[in-house]
Amino acid sequence: MIPLYDAIPSSSLHHVLVRFEQWAGLAADAYARATAEVGVCIATSGPGATNLVTALANAQLDSIPMVAITGQVGPALIGRDWYQEVDITGVSLPVTKHNYLVQRAEDIAPTIKEAFYLARSGRPGPVLVDIPKNVFISKVPYIYPTKTGRKSYQPTTKPNIRQVRLAAEEIRHAKKPLIMAGHGIILSSAGQEFQQFAEKTGIPVIYTLLGLGSMSELHPQSLGMMGMHGHRHVNRALEECDLLINIGARFDDRATGRLSGFAPNARVVHVDIDPAEIGKNVLTHVPVVGDAREALRMLIEEVDSGDHKAWLDWIDGQRNRVLEAALEDRPEWPEPYAIIRGIAEATDNEAILTTDVGQHQMWAAQQFGFKYGDRWITSGGLGTMGYGLPSAIGAKMGRPDLEVWSIVGDGGFQMSFSELATAVQEKLDINIAIINNGYLGMVRQWQDLFHNHNYSEVRISAPDFVQLAEAFGATGIRVTSDEDIMPAIQRARSIKGPVVIDFVVEPEANVYPIVPPGASNSEMMHDPQWSPDEEDV
Amino acid sequence: MEHAHTLVVLVEDQPGVLNRVVSLLRRRSFNIDSITVGHSEQPGMSRMTLVVRGEDADVEQAGKQLYKLLEVMKVTDLSEGEAITREMVMVKVAAKGQSRSEILQIAQVYNARVLDATPTTLMIEATGDEAQIDSFLTMMRVFGIREMVRSGKIAMSRTSGTSRQGKSDAPSNGVYAAAD
Repeated sequence: MIPLYDAIPSSSLHHVLVRFEQWAGLAADAYARATAEVGVCIATSGPGATNLVTALANAQLDSIPMVAITGQVGPALIGRDWYQEVDITGVSLPVTKHNYLVQRAEDIAPTIKEAFYLARSGRPGPVLVDIPKNVFISKVPYIYPTKTGRKSYQPTTKPNIRQVRLAAEEIRHAKKPLIMAGHGIILSSAGQEFQQFAEKTGIPVIYTLLGLGSMSELHPQSLGMMGMHGHRHVNRALEECDLLINIGARFDDRATGRLSGFAPNARVVHVDIDPAEIGKNVLTHVPVVGDAREALRMLIEEVDSGDHKAWLDWIDGQRNRVLEAALEDRPEWPEPYAIIRGIAEATDNEAILTTDVGQHQMWAAQQFGFKYGDRWITSGGLGTMGYGLPSAIGAKMGRPDLEVWSIVGDGGFQMSFSELATAVQEKLDINIAIINNGYLGMVRQWQDLFHNHNYSEVRISAPDFVQLAEAFGATGIRVTSDEDIMPAIQRARSIKGPVVIDFVVEPEANVYPIVPPGASNSEMMHDPQWSPDEEDV
Repeated sequence: MEHAHTLVVLVEDQPGVLNRVVSLLRRRSFNIDSITVGHSEQPGMSRMTLVVRGEDADVEQAGKQLYKLLEVMKVTDLSEGEAITREMVMVKVAAKGQSRSEILQIAQVYNARVLDATPTTLMIEATGDEAQIDSFLTMMRVFGIREMVRSGKIAMSRTSGTSRQGKSDAPSNGVYAAAD
C-alpha cells in the first residue's frame, strides 16, 4: 500500500486517516448512503484487509455501493504465506458483490472503472479490488477506459410493462391496499416518484427499518415502521390488508415476523431490482423486476387516482393512544423518547441521524419522524455494533452542509470511540448522543422478556464519557435529568467540532412493542405500563 | 419434493470462477453430488454440469443466485426426459482364468472397451447414463473391483437451441423478461 500512498499527496483526493479499518469501511458505507455516490475505503494487506470484512458484509446486506481497495503481496509470492499475506479475495467472496485480484498494472484502470460500475449499478453492493505490490509500482501509460459493462452482467432496470399493468390491475381491485416502502426506493433516489405514486393512489404507506424516510413520515399517508418493533397500528394494518405492494424491500425476517402469519389476507406485488428476491421468502402474485424509480414512473402512468380514507381511518383507530398520550406527557416518560424527539424538534427533522445497533436504534426508528431517506443512516441487515460514530463521520464528510447527529448506546460506542480522534483531526461538527443505560440494553431486554430475567453478561461499565471526549479534544456534556435534555441539545448544536452528550437514562427501559422472536407480527407485546386497551379492537 | 437436479451453468472462463460457483452453493446449503467443468462450443466460455439435490423451489432460488455471479452467463435446470446425460467410468477388475472371457462378454453387452490388461486384471471403460453405469458396475462387482473412477455427469438438452442465449433471455415466470 505504501506505493499508493506515495501518490496521494499529489492527488486531488481527500484522504481520511481513520484509526481502524473496520470503521473506515463503515464510514465509506455511510458516505454512500448520505450522498448516493460510491463510498471508497483502502486498507493494507493482511490484517488491514481482514478488518474490512465486517464493513463489506454490512454493505452487502444493505446493498450499499462501495469500493474497497486492498494491498497484496506480489503475484510471484502469493500462496507462500508471505508477511501479511491473506487471501482476501477468498475471504471476502461471500460478502462482496464481486471482487478482483489485479494481475497486471495495465489492468488497474479498467478494473477500477468496472468496480465502480458494478458497485452502483443494478442492485448496488460492495466490490473489492486486491492489488499486489509490484502492480502498484510498475509504470504503465494511463489510458482512461471508455468501455464498461460485460456481456454477462446486464441487470434489468426497466420493468416489463405487462407486469406493471398486472400490478396496476391488483391496485384497482384492492379494498385495503398497503404499500411497504423499502430501502430500494432510497437507493434509486426515487423519493419524488414514490410520493407521487402514493398520493395518486391514496394508499397508506408503511416502512421497513431501512425504508424510513422514503416519503416524509410527516405525510398524512405515512404510518411508520413495521415489524418486530413496528407500531401497533402498522402491524394491525398488515394483518388486515388485502393487497401488499412491496417496493424495494427484501422481506427481511425482522420486518415480516413469522412468515406463515405475515399479511395473511393479502395478495402480494413485489417490485425489486434483484430477481432472486422475488418469492425468496414470501409468495408473490405479481413480480415487477426493475429499478424502483423506473417501476414507479411506469406505475404512476398505469394506476388510477384513488383514495382510501375509510381504510386509513380504520388504521388510525388502531394506534396505541395510551402510549401517544404518555409521550406528550414528557416528564413521566423514560428519557430515550424525549432525547430522540428533542433532537428531531431542535433540527426540524432535517438532520442526518445515524445510529449504532440496539435499543436506541429502535427508539430512534420509532420516534424521530424522518423527512428524507438519505438522512437516516443505520445498519439494518448486519446489525453492526460500533456503526454509530464512524457512520456519522462518513455522513458528515459526504454532506458537510447538513447537521449530523448520531444516537449510540454505551456498549456500541465503546467499540468505536477511537474514531473520535479522526473526527477531531478532521474538525467535524458532529454530535454524538449516548443513550447510556449501563447495559447492553437489547440483549438485557431479551433476557428480561424471553429468558426469565436471567441477566447474563449484559451489565457493562464505561469510562467517564465527558472526560473521554475532552481527552480526545472534543466537547463532553453530561445530562442526568429530563429538563436538561433540550438545553444540552441546543448547546451541542452551537459548539464547533465533535460533541459527545452522555445521557444517563433509566437502566431497564424496554423497547415496545416487540414481536417475540419466531412469533407472528400479530403477537406483539406492549409495554405493560402503556398497553392499549385490547378490547377496543 | 427433494430430488436430483442437473444444472448446466455456462460461465466466463476466468480464474476463480469454479470457486465462486461452488462457494455459492455451499452458502445456500446445497450438497453437490457431482460436478464437471470443461470447455463449451464458445471460446472463452466454460460449461459446468452440476448435480444437486433439493426442493424445486430451493434449486430455482440457487439458480437465481448463480445468475448474480458476474461470470455466470446462463443457468439451465435440465429436468429428466428432455436431456441426454452421460457419465464415464474406468474400472480395474480382477480377471483370472475363466472369468476373463465372462468379463469380456459382459463388457460387449455394455459397449464397454478394454483399455489395458495385466495377467490378473482388466481395465475397462464404459459410458452411458447413470442407470447404465450403475448396472455395469453391479456386474463388475461380482468379479471384484480393484479400482474405479467415475466422472461426473455431463448433459445436453435435446431441443435445437444452443447455449448462447444471455441472461436477459433466461426463462422464468416473467421475472427476467425484458421490457417490450
